[in-house]
Amino acid sequence: MATETSRKLTMARAISEAIDLEMAADSRVFVMGEDVGPYGGIFGSTTGLFTKYGPNRVIDTPISESAFIGAAAGAAAEGLRPIVELMFVDFFGVAMDQIYNHLAKNHYMSGGSVSHPLVLMTAMGAGYNDAAQHSQTLYGLFAHVPGLKVVVPSNAYDAKGLMIQSIRDPNPVMYFFHKGLLGLGWMPSDDRAVVTVPEESYTIPLGRANIVRDGTDVTIVTIGAMVHRAVEAAEIAAVKGISVEVVDLRTLVPLDTGTILSSLKKTHRLVIVDEDYLSFGMSGEIAAIAAEQALEYLEAPVRRVAVPNVPIPYSRPLEQAVIPSTPRILDAVTYVTEF
Amino acid sequence: MDSKQAVFMYEQMLLIRRYEDQMAQIYTEGKSPLFSIAAGPVPGEMHLAAGQEPVAVGIGIHLRNDDAVTAPHRPHHIAIAKGVDLNRMTAEIFGRVDGLSHGKGGHMHLFDPQVHFSCSGIVGAGFPPALGAALAMKRQGSDRVAVAFAGEGAANQGTFHESLNLASLWKLPVVFIIEDNHYAISVPKSESTAVSRNSERAAAYNIPGVYIRDNDVVAIYEAGKEAIDRARRGDGPSLIEIETTRLYGHFQGDAEAYLAQGEKDEWRHHDPIPRFRDLLLANGWLDSATDQDIQTRVNARVDEAVGFARKSPEPMPEDALTDVFAETGKEAI
Ligand SMILES: Cc1ncc(C[n+]2csc(CCOP(=O)(O)OP(=O)(O)O)c2C)c(N)n1
Ligand SMILES: [Mg+2]
Repeated sequence: MATETSRKLTMARAISEAIDLEMAADSRVFVMGEDVGPYGGIFGSTTGLFTKYGPNRVIDTPISESAFIGAAAGAAAEGLRPIVELMFVDFFGVAMDQIYNHLAKNHYMSGGSVSHPLVLMTAMGAGYNDAAQHSQTLYGLFAHVPGLKVVVPSNAYDAKGLMIQSIRDPNPVMYFFHKGLLGLGWMPSDDRAVVTVPEESYTIPLGRANIVRDGTDVTIVTIGAMVHRAVEAAEIAAVKGISVEVVDLRTLVPLDTGTILSSLKKTHRLVIVDEDYLSFGMSGEIAAIAAEQALEYLEAPVRRVAVPNVPIPYSRPLEQAVIPSTPRILDAVTYVTEF
Repeated sequence: MDSKQAVFMYEQMLLIRRYEDQMAQIYTEGKSPLFSIAAGPVPGEMHLAAGQEPVAVGIGIHLRNDDAVTAPHRPHHIAIAKGVDLNRMTAEIFGRVDGLSHGKGGHMHLFDPQVHFSCSGIVGAGFPPALGAALAMKRQGSDRVAVAFAGEGAANQGTFHESLNLASLWKLPVVFIIEDNHYAISVPKSESTAVSRNSERAAAYNIPGVYIRDNDVVAIYEAGKEAIDRARRGDGPSLIEIETTRLYGHFQGDAEAYLAQGEKDEWRHHDPIPRFRDLLLANGWLDSATDQDIQTRVNARVDEAVGFARKSPEPMPEDALTDVFAETGKEAI
């Protein structure tokens, strides 16, 4: 049970605190990646850890991602608990074979005899004009491959509890933090992600969605930074007399289908908001679940708000046109209520 | 190197320096009092190459418009030395419609097919496409060459080793240039690389490898000439690693807490541009009046490019949806 505290943390601080607590509690846990040492991680996810644990447990790696991500898999199989950072999710392409053919599959291919308890953490997301190779979310790509758990926190409280749970999980976990939620100071950050975080260790189970706002007319299913855009849209809709329920999935794998379905049975209308590409991803998956398991409850077509199928453009007006926005979400909410 | 070439290289170095200094300035617009990477006319990450001019210029002088170059996330100096359209490059960095990519690419993703230039924000990504360009050139029976530029950090990426092997095996007209500016973001070369010089790695792939110390533009010119001539003759690939310095941070906004005390001052005091100027003056290849003319010319050139960019309109939101696929019959080049 968490003690009463009103301490607020940024998501970046919550993540580094979670790792710190697990490193203190479990000597098998170590961190490696580019600039995770004295620099403390480009996005602050390993702040203070190098000073506290030294270069043997907080290791700066060369830019050799296939090697160090593959090495983490091997080390995990031999009993260590690696946490590996790769700065941006966009960079995982260079190490994909180690991830989707090995990390994800070895437990299955070995008939359950080999496991890889490790965390791959990475930054994702757009909103500051870093263009097509530094702005993607791509969690759908990893969720597509059986064998990887996929965690996407939307605020500091969840970030800490989900990170501790991810480190303890016996499986490979991909942990995505949105750059625009971290509270970095040098880029825009959503104040809604800065919340009260208990000082002690606690966990949030993977596969349990959070209803961040109750409603009766429309369900918005979303994740990550889009949770806050959805809540904004819900607040505006409320003024117009539309009651919107916002479901923060928190993890894509495992997916909390139960919470989605029970919300739909109440609201009968579904909008999915996703910062990933529209096609073949999270939004399609949730829509399929609704079609397969809740069709008889739906009173309007499902609406998806996601990145149209284009890479993220650099220029500000172009980027803003493709990233889901509060007005676009509101349009979708209006559409399903007026249908 | 004759005096004409030397003065041309000097002017190019000054142009690059002026460009990067101006970019550093422009990048701060709209970002104060609170710094935000997302604000101002030029948002996003900004990796500047002031201090690395000798690399780009000493190699670039041997290249023709039809030779191909790939560059990394820190591309401006290489783009300028390759003859990329400076107005359109600047407009791209401003995210405007007259940019090389009409605002879709940005500073890490500059493409100018007119001079066969491209770059990428993914470390180590430039080696294979240079290899492929060289393969095409060889099969086309031309004497064109391809050059891949990358930082010393990129030499630990698998693509570097795979590309060196393949280039050697297929005897391709490609030259690999490693810019050793001592750091990959905060990680010093000594803590990431098992050899002190990446040029030693050339031996493993049976190709020539040389290391050039001290950001020495004359030595870079010489080594570049030898490697590029060799590639043009059909004698295969080479690797050149060049010790250089990064006078700004990894990106604009980098606090550079990882640098040793005084390290940056040392680099600044050893600036390659005044050193080259002194050499030209001593050789009698440059006098102060000509120097003044050159300074005026490069400043005007940069002002023109920035003026062009600022005047260019922003793209329309719906433009975001075009260019995903090429239309049949409308392939580029
Ligand atoms: C595959 C990949 N991994 C990591 C990064 C993040 N990153 C961008 S630049 C950089 C350092 C590159 O160092 P170096 O190659 O020496 O070039 P420099 O920045 O010094 O010019 C890193 C790690 C990336 N862009 N791509
Ligand atoms: Mg470097």
